[in-house]
Amino acid sequence: MAAKRSNEPFLWLLFSAGGVVAALLVPVHLFLFGLAFPLGWLPAPAHDTLLALARSPIGRIYLLVFCVLPLFHWAHRFRYTLYDGLQIKHLNELVNTLCYGGATVGAAFAVYLIWRIP
Amino acid sequence: MAEQIALEITRYSPERDKTPSMEEFEVPLRKEWVVLDALNYIKDKVDGSLSFRWSCRMGVCGSCGMMVNGEPKLTCATFLNDYAPGPIRVEPLKNFPVMRDLIVEISDFLAKLSKVKPWLIRKKEKPISEGEYLQTPEELDSYRQFSMCINCLLCYAACPVYGLDPLFAGPAALALAQRYNMDSRDEGKSERLDVLSQHDGIWGCTFVGECTQVCPKHVDPAGAIQQYKLTAAQEWVKSLLMPWGGK
Repeated sequence: MAAKRSNEPFLWLLFSAGGVVAALLVPVHLFLFGLAFPLGWLPAPAHDTLLALARSPIGRIYLLVFCVLPLFHWAHRFRYTLYDGLQIKHLNELVNTLCYGGATVGAAFAVYLIWRIP
Repeated sequence: MAEQIALEITRYSPERDKTPSMEEFEVPLRKEWVVLDALNYIKDKVDGSLSFRWSCRMGVCGSCGMMVNGEPKLTCATFLNDYAPGPIRVEPLKNFPVMRDLIVEISDFLAKLSKVKPWLIRKKEKPISEGEYLQTPEELDSYRQFSMCINCLLCYAACPVYGLDPLFAGPAALALAQRYNMDSRDEGKSERLDVLSQHDGIWGCTFVGECTQVCPKHVDPAGAIQQYKLTAAQEWVKSLLMPWGGK
């Protein structure tokens, strides 16, 4: 019986975790770094402080989660948008490859960038 | 003469017609009349051969669901006045094979419904002498909303996934499965898991949410499905971590 179960739970867990990150963390970052710091509503942290934060192991993991999970959220959502919206069930494999493959490439790029933080 | 409104109604007779066609009827526009009243007027006064299902006229039996101007509606709760000056287009529920005029064939849904075992499952019934199974108001509230389903199938007509993939179990069956999963008296969760956690079960749902939009009883099948996705995902993780555990 178990063999017939779908592999979808894995993708869905990534999707829902990504949804939480995208809905809760991304707006906070956009607000802080896009509005509050540049417009001087809040005192901006020094470059050195931020770099030290990004360099620390926990900082790197945080940035990785922050970048990677929303990519898989997008992949899952966009796959179904194509599936329902364009009604292209016959191209399922191609759509899956493009969506999850795109997210994987993005994730690898994020790993590379975060790895390279001096 | 009283004001009239036009109804464009799907006609189809499998013996006579190759494909369904539309026929137009004029009915009196009365402010207290619903679409079902207009259909009954046509059947009584104009064309006795018009076929459609109906029973209670009060949103309980779930048999008069049809597409009204392209939207799945209970015709007993859809007032003519809201569509004045018309015309109103009345078609059989989408995503189902048509048997005749406005009547659709629903045995696919009935088969799916019984697959998810929408009844209380007990490992062992306790004898009547031990009394009833008690439930607190909180325990009742956890599934009450899902128990309001009247099997009218508006959600199936609204669901693009069901339209695309007829194997998908569909909103009402999944919501009703969850209704019993959430019931404190039920012990059948693991029996339902195998059916529900397949690709054609909850994972077929692509969170469009139309089912909840059209539900005349505010059941929220989309919510039930997302709720169960979390349960199924947890079970999946458990079965990965402990492949020997459970069954």
